[in-house]
Amino acid sequence: MSIAALLGTHGLGWDDLLALWLHFSVLSLLAVGGAITTAPDMQRYLVGEQGWMDDAQFTAGVAIAQAAPGPNILFVAVMGWHVAGVAGVLATMLGIMGPSSLLAFAVGRYGRRRADSIGLRAFTAGLTPLTLGLLLSTGWVLTAPTRHQPMAVALVLGTVALSVASRISPMWLIAAGAVVGALALR
Amino acid sequence: MVAETTTAPADAPDALRCPRSCGELFRVFNRLALQGFGGVLPVAHRALVERERWQSPQQFVELLTLSQVLPGPNIINMALIFGDRYLGWRGALAACAGLLLVPMFIVLVLAATYQQHADNPWVAGALRGMGAVAAGLIIATAVKLARTVGGNPLGLPLCAALGAATAVMVGWLRWPMVGVVLGLGALGTVLAWRRLRALETTAP
Repeated sequence: MSIAALLGTHGLGWDDLLALWLHFSVLSLLAVGGAITTAPDMQRYLVGEQGWMDDAQFTAGVAIAQAAPGPNILFVAVMGWHVAGVAGVLATMLGIMGPSSLLAFAVGRYGRRRADSIGLRAFTAGLTPLTLGLLLSTGWVLTAPTRHQPMAVALVLGTVALSVASRISPMWLIAAGAVVGALALR
Repeated sequence: MVAETTTAPADAPDALRCPRSCGELFRVFNRLALQGFGGVLPVAHRALVERERWQSPQQFVELLTLSQVLPGPNIINMALIFGDRYLGWRGALAACAGLLLVPMFIVLVLAATYQQHADNPWVAGALRGMGAVAAGLIIATAVKLARTVGGNPLGLPLCAALGAATAVMVGWLRWPMVGVVLGLGALGTVLAWRRLRALETTAP
């Protein structure tokens, strides 16, 4: 029995795990504005290209990570878990954290560039619109399993309105979503 | 260094402390991670600036800016740079492990529990509702961030065009993110650089 089988990889081989790690490593360096901005590409890869999970599992994974305490990045661990158990968690987490962490480490240590240099300001300003576009894409992709249900659309719009207009904690909104969903989205 | 006193406790308002050991770093970051529902950054500010008094508000903003400019998960970048600054690479590892280990265990237990009950219509319905709220929360973040675009040197029309192009290509056409971010990101950076240059030369 191989180590991959011992770790419960759901039938994925080493080549699949390597591809998974590689894909998330590339996304690590593209994650401008937080890891959640790469969710559309994760969904395209895991659901569309590889068929390792479906829309509903993907959105549920993000919802579970948002409902739990801790950094939002942990939705990546849930993806890995769904795809290939513990080995999948290692592949996705080491991928999404590796390259960006090495870069942060190096910049923090050796290259403490001034945040007001024109190059850095142009970089941040030039990427801000992309972050907005990526966040909207993430929201759109997450509605894929439910956007045909009027109640789910109402939940999305209600959440947007409430969190823009008030300082209500996301925890309460997620809890309300669970109750409404259990009653009306079965 | 200047420590702001507005949020400081009454005793020794100017004295900043230092994390003494990797164990202390692990404990503080673990505690703030477990308090962070739907995002850890606000809790990080309270823990590092107000409770532990390891950083002045100004130092925290500088650290936050650096962590956000760099690619990758912001809070992880922040923990890495912070831990490394005080206790070297061991500190960086301790802070990161503190953020991730226990919350990851909790999340995976939840995910495994969900998998076991995914066929239950109540559970499936609850997760659909939570997923819809998660989507709404992320769209709301975009709306809130869009309000800051007023100060962007690119100006509103260019920002809207770049943002819409990104959303259409990645969200709707489902093109791979690598090409879109490298292409549009380079375009946005060059345009912003030219605008900033022009502003600097026309300013007195």
